[in-house]
Amino acid sequence: MNDLTPPANGGCRSAPVLKERGQREVFCGLTGIIWLHRKMQDAFFLVVGSRTCAHLLQSAAGVMIFAEPRFGTAILEETDLAGMADAHTELDREVARLLSRRPDIRQLFLVGSCPSEVIKIDLARAAERLSQVHAPHVRVLNYSGSGIETTFTQGEDACLASMVPVLKDTTARELLLVGALPDVVEDQMLSLLSDMGIDNIRLLPARRIDDTTAVGPGTVFALTQPFLGDTHAALERRGARHIAAPFPFGEEGTTAWLRAIATEFGVSEDVFDRVTAAPRARARKAIAQAAEVLRGKSVFFFPDSQLEVPLARFLTRECGMTAIEVGSPYIHDALHGPDLDLLPAGPQISEGQDVDLQLDRARAARPDLTVCGLGLANPLEAEGLTTKWAIELVFTPVHFYEQAGDLAGLFSRPVRRKSLLQMDAQA
Amino acid sequence: MKLTVWTYEGPPHVGAMRVATCMKGLHYVLHAPQGDTYADLLFTMIERRNHRPPVTYTTFQARDLGSDTATLFKTACHDAVDRFAPEAIIVGASCTAELIQDDPAGLAETMGLDIPVIPLELPSYSRKENFGADETFYQIVRTLAAPQDRTAHVTCNILGPTALGFRARDDIEELTGLLFDLGITVNVVAPFGATPADIANLPAAHFNVLLCPETGEAAARWLEKAHNQPFTKIVPIGVGATRDFIAEVAAITGLPCQPDESRLRMPWWSRSVDSTYLTGKRVFIFGDGTHVVAHARIARDEMGFEVVGIGCYNREMARPIRALAKDFGIAALITDDYLEVEAAIEALSPEMILGTQMERHIGKRLGIPCAVISAPVHVQDFPARYSPQVGFEGANVIFDTLIHPLVMGLEEHLLTMFRDDFEFHDENGPSHHGGPAPRPPQADSTRSISDQKKQETGADIMVWLADAERELKKIPFFVRGKARRNTETFAAQKGLAEISLETLYEAKAHYAR
Repeated sequence: MNDLTPPANGGCRSAPVLKERGQREVFCGLTGIIWLHRKMQDAFFLVVGSRTCAHLLQSAAGVMIFAEPRFGTAILEETDLAGMADAHTELDREVARLLSRRPDIRQLFLVGSCPSEVIKIDLARAAERLSQVHAPHVRVLNYSGSGIETTFTQGEDACLASMVPVLKDTTARELLLVGALPDVVEDQMLSLLSDMGIDNIRLLPARRIDDTTAVGPGTVFALTQPFLGDTHAALERRGARHIAAPFPFGEEGTTAWLRAIATEFGVSEDVFDRVTAAPRARARKAIAQAAEVLRGKSVFFFPDSQLEVPLARFLTRECGMTAIEVGSPYIHDALHGPDLDLLPAGPQISEGQDVDLQLDRARAARPDLTVCGLGLANPLEAEGLTTKWAIELVFTPVHFYEQAGDLAGLFSRPVRRKSLLQMDAQA
Repeated sequence: MKLTVWTYEGPPHVGAMRVATCMKGLHYVLHAPQGDTYADLLFTMIERRNHRPPVTYTTFQARDLGSDTATLFKTACHDAVDRFAPEAIIVGASCTAELIQDDPAGLAETMGLDIPVIPLELPSYSRKENFGADETFYQIVRTLAAPQDRTAHVTCNILGPTALGFRARDDIEELTGLLFDLGITVNVVAPFGATPADIANLPAAHFNVLLCPETGEAAARWLEKAHNQPFTKIVPIGVGATRDFIAEVAAITGLPCQPDESRLRMPWWSRSVDSTYLTGKRVFIFGDGTHVVAHARIARDEMGFEVVGIGCYNREMARPIRALAKDFGIAALITDDYLEVEAAIEALSPEMILGTQMERHIGKRLGIPCAVISAPVHVQDFPARYSPQVGFEGANVIFDTLIHPLVMGLEEHLLTMFRDDFEFHDENGPSHHGGPAPRPPQADSTRSISDQKKQETGADIMVWLADAERELKKIPFFVRGKARRNTETFAAQKGLAEISLETLYEAKAHYAR
């Protein structure tokens, strides 16, 4: 069975991209801390920033459920800005206080923000200094999650990229799987690969610092998330080689992603089919049920997480939808190319955003489903459009076969809901 | 630099957004990087607003910093005025833009716009959200209010309610109705629902009702000075405060002010015998100053609770809260550090918390019921039903709000009588909340309470003898914490190192009320 049938009318890889720049209705990279700190159970994320940063983290996902989360904001105050206090001394003090209170912390990320970058606090230097002070118990790294540098999921990219230079060296032939996934999904992924006989697998990020993730010229890596451009580049600099593939969303995407790895490791067609046949059939069945209401409907993506291109591929090819516009904060050919190849030609591919102009286009197109951020969803619903809030696609397990039906369900639920609600008089 | 995990207030430009978003015909041009747009979701998701906040973010990026962020601001400003055709705009900077010093106010002035341009100076690194709202509203009023004659009949303005305020929507309606009862028409409600043209008409009213001092006091004071409009000092939340407020309005207007109290049910609900169980419940109150002042009085004088601690997160209200605490004979906690609030609650071990969404989480962790009485808000603080806090209906609503988290009166007795019953099982929590399914009683844990305590605190601690510990476990969950603490305090005072059954009952007698 050939999975990668290219669309009859050609794909979208060479389609002209509408590049826009204006007001962007997106989160900054700090938001990634919300899932990264759950994934890396011994890491603390210390944002050096303003009250706005702290407010964003608390508002973005309504995450106040965590009693004492492993993230916080060192809020810059007037004295820090006026140069009356030395920012580095202040930071050292706050870090020392934090680490003495939290002996469970083994890795600390100093996360740069818009204000810390504008006033040029050198967090790389701070991380180096603090690493020396707190080694060997705690490793201190830094990256930028600022809104002037990063859009939403790029925060995870910056975080993982900051870890690449300190990964151990290896010459072994190993598979490195890159991208933070929910544990349940990660376990499924590992078991599929292990059933094919691929066992030399490392994960980035690892769940704990003591895990022995290493990289070197024998390393091949696959990305599980489409927003890891900088990490991709950093790994190539360490001599690792990227296995390009569509992303593992939906039955087709998952199969294509697994097949690219299987081919690399010389897994036979028989073994591949034996391992994937049952979960593929389950995934198809689940998608078919969930996608019933999506068939023949149109979808419009506002840029949010860089998941848009692979998800548009999934919705058009596996759920029978038509894409009107596929907006992504960034389009990165090395990462998104394989998905663009499979996405049937037709939709406007757009990069960046001028939100008012894009809203005009969405209103004119009247899509059956609009995928957008939380700031836009209710206003568009109030205008009669049906929306899916994009952040849920990042916060929900959606990768690989067993979640393919859930992924289709995330898009079909708002459509079903709209048809369920009947509040007019019956008479 | 100060390490913060959760904050009670956002930055001051979010306060400005609260003003802009609740108004009509006003647009806010905010010099800010991408990411600051997160604040839109506070309004569209938490408050379920059906429109985008009227805010244009200039969205500058790192690569713009070396070149021309000022032009970016001007372009964004032009585009916003063209597209949204506002009657007036407010312009300002978020925390990052404040650092690059583009002076949005100066830039906007040079653009020759034919609508009023109101510049905002909101220091992001020293002030917070409530200040931002108060200052923004004040600047709007100062710029737009036009001198004019008073209306022929007695009118007032309602000042202060904003987007994301605690029950602002319903408080406006309830207060408008109450004032109408007293023979007073509302001239303008502002900023909530007002246009710039409405703001211009503020001086036509005879006086101002300051509904939300946190966000409206600067404007009220300025209107008093510049337009000779007195303003009310009492916020009518609670039965007593509402009656005092009516007296205050009567004094200002000279009207007889006979309110219709026929819908006021709260006093009887509180006096009726079912409420006996509320007597002396120990409550801790924390929130914005205004709501804390109101609820301290309600708790003590109208519910018969014992107020064991009060505090507020907005330093602007520190003075009245300290004075009130002194009056109550307790200490005031003025802090915006939720860890301090949690420590205070843990130390006082109240039976109920009246707080914000932050205290609701603290209560959840400590197993103490909590009623939310103040901002910061979450989606559940915007109920679909009519649910005011002010006036007589507000008093009715508050009564329900305060008893909802508690185990109901008769249920308390059932739990005490049948504490090992499969249905009235202690760990089920209040029956009207839908907690875990009834469970058969479990065998005693091998870990004793003392062991647990040791692990938790690592400190030297009272030893509970086995019989005392068994007896303690028989006490219903909603008073067990207090019983344990009282007993330990009592034992410490007596210089005892061990707690026996005898000590437990001596302590019970000692603290009997």
